Amino acid sequence: MTRAFLGLPGRRDKGFPAAAHHALADTQLRRNLRNATATIRAKRTKVVGELPDWEELREAGRAIKAQTLSNLDAYLEQLENAVVERGGHVHWARDADEACRLVTELVQATGATEVVKVKSMVTDEIGLNDALARSGISAYETDLAELIVQLGHDKQSHILVPAIHKNRSEIRDIFLREMPGVSKDLGDDPVELAMAARQHLRKKFLSAKVGISGANFAVAETGTLAVVESEGNGRMCLTLPETLISVVGIEKVVPTWNDLEVFLQLLPRSSTAERMNPYTSLWTGVTPGDGPQEFHLVLLDNGRTKVLKDEVSRQTLACIRCSACLNVCPVYERTGGQAYNSVYPGPIGAILTPAMQGVENAPTLPYASSLCGACYDVCPVKINIPEVLVHLRSEVVEHKRARRIPTPEATAMKAMAWVFDSPKRLERAQKAARRGSGIFARDGVIGRIPGPMHGWTDSRDAPAMPAETFREWWRRTH
Amino acid sequence: MNRFKVRPYRSQCHIRTLYAYQCDIGFSVLPVRVVRTAGDRERMSRTHIGEVTLVRIGLFLTCINDTLYPDTGKAVVRLLERLGHEVDFPLEQTCCGQMHVNTGYRREAFSLVRRYADVFAPYDAVVAPSGSCVGLVRDQHVALARESGDEALAERAAAVAAKTYELSELLVDVLGVVDVGAYYPHRVTYHPTCHSLRLIRVGDKPLQLLRAVRGIDLVELPNADTCCGFGGTFALKNAETSTAMLSDKVRCVLDTGAEICAAGDNSCLTHIGGGLSRMRTGVRGVHLAEILAATEETA
Repeated sequence: MTRAFLGLPGRRDKGFPAAAHHALADTQLRRNLRNATATIRAKRTKVVGELPDWEELREAGRAIKAQTLSNLDAYLEQLENAVVERGGHVHWARDADEACRLVTELVQATGATEVVKVKSMVTDEIGLNDALARSGISAYETDLAELIVQLGHDKQSHILVPAIHKNRSEIRDIFLREMPGVSKDLGDDPVELAMAARQHLRKKFLSAKVGISGANFAVAETGTLAVVESEGNGRMCLTLPETLISVVGIEKVVPTWNDLEVFLQLLPRSSTAERMNPYTSLWTGVTPGDGPQEFHLVLLDNGRTKVLKDEVSRQTLACIRCSACLNVCPVYERTGGQAYNSVYPGPIGAILTPAMQGVENAPTLPYASSLCGACYDVCPVKINIPEVLVHLRSEVVEHKRARRIPTPEATAMKAMAWVFDSPKRLERAQKAARRGSGIFARDGVIGRIPGPMHGWTDSRDAPAMPAETFREWWRRTH
Repeated sequence: MNRFKVRPYRSQCHIRTLYAYQCDIGFSVLPVRVVRTAGDRERMSRTHIGEVTLVRIGLFLTCINDTLYPDTGKAVVRLLERLGHEVDFPLEQTCCGQMHVNTGYRREAFSLVRRYADVFAPYDAVVAPSGSCVGLVRDQHVALARESGDEALAERAAAVAAKTYELSELLVDVLGVVDVGAYYPHRVTYHPTCHSLRLIRVGDKPLQLLRAVRGIDLVELPNADTCCGFGGTFALKNAETSTAMLSDKVRCVLDTGAEICAAGDNSCLTHIGGGLSRMRTGVRGVHLAEILAATEETA
């Protein structure tokens, strides 16, 4: 199987630690992220605390997703039939290339050269905007944060708020530089910035013939799609154009409308920390005389069936893209999202990207976590992210082992396992370590030393070996 | 030897109720051999501990404590013996396999799972002064045994994992003590380690124990539940991100004005303490067990 494409093209991946190196030194980025994540964390804790049955809701969300994923084929066919019955067209895309080609052809068939877009992770995932541009079609992002990223020729750094790494004065600078017809006196007041974006976008909404969206949920029983959003731009894109094309990952299906009840409670509280999102748009096929008269649903695999096949990683597909895990992650808070080199950053990205692409294509991501478990605690569908991280780490190791790629780490791990396999060997190793420690130690600590431990000792002291290990003491006294 | 020892006969290692500390000589309903010193009697008259449950406890010290922090091990032994329990350190123990498992080397941990299950099967309870090693044993050992293809081992691993406790769990949940009779006249802040908090969910048990320590000036740590950035091999593989996390933890520790940062895991304390020491902050890390074991005599 070919590598599933996950956006952010043209950027050579040198791995998470190298990307983090740059991000950690960016003081503005660090401050923006610290402020933004701290604010949303506090708000989320508050609104989640309002629901006495939050844990039951989480369990319901997990169970619905697990049940759906174990019967995915049946629900997808049910969805397809329902959409077709209501006048929509359904297309199946195996990977990013196929999906981009399909969408491009559908847009070309309408004769349009401009499309408006609802914020959609999956179209970022397949790199749709670039694919359309190559065919001479301009795609306009209409979500404010996506617009900021697009105008700034930047990359997304968050699932929900892709411009979280920019503060308001940086956003004003981007608007002044890139937004046609913007007032030279534009200030950095959020209301003023939003009004500038609104004026810029209004023209696009009224002129575009084609709208492109993703979907948060696809209800199998009726063929209904749902988009939840905050700005109203989604509602405009979904209702004003003549043609609507929705690209949806196959894991987005839920069996019934009853299931929506659970997720529409879980999602806003986990993502924007709101009790209810401002706009929930639902549409079913085509309604004559009302809204888009042509509707295409593109169902995308792009590595999802590969994830489904794996018993441990499977739960990753339950993700509803709320980004609560990003906001609580101490690693994400410091490195930002671009260090993950994928449209899916943070803890969920650290498992979703390697699971979809294969660990050989993102071998550093499963290690981009201290396994602190904060992500698992907040996940509204109870994805055990630390469990999947550890599982993917073993896949990285097994992949190298199968290809006989020697690493100093593997040698060290093997040696340690051999030592731990026998108390006698452990004691001999402890004695040897004491001799080594004696060379470097001063006043009970080891300072900066070269060699494989330099990563530790560059910034932290290490403890010196004590004169007597515990087992030596125990044997002497018992 | 200035220690109080209660040793039940090895053959009778069920959980028993023993009214220790209450009478001048050993309570004789149970076959118990009591060795007491004058110092013990004096301490007992000061600290009334009432009814305690006697269990034969296997100490799983963990490889890092055995190798680098013998004082933590000695503290656990001193503490539990002071409370009237027998503690044994089986010398055949080595490591739970956490470093291997969490770095992706699951196969290398199979024999360690077997060793752990074999070595600790005979005890009523196993205690480890480490939330994350206990977490690994309880969360992963059965799955690892299954992966190794040995169902019988998986059953044994499950039985041993079920009676493996982190120190604060053993004290509060199993032995039912909160006031362990400790004295520690220092300003202390407590960092709840991630695995004790979110993997094995010790909750506020360590804090309950610390609050009952006489002489302690316990100050709350801001953003306490945020990871210090250790994460095992994460600290090496992502040394810079790990250090960025550590710098915030160190700042929070310093904000408390404490002289001691306590935690239930010496691996996290190696990290926090390593930062505190490198920056010459004058603050150091001390394991929870060492605080709980401290008394007027050791102060």
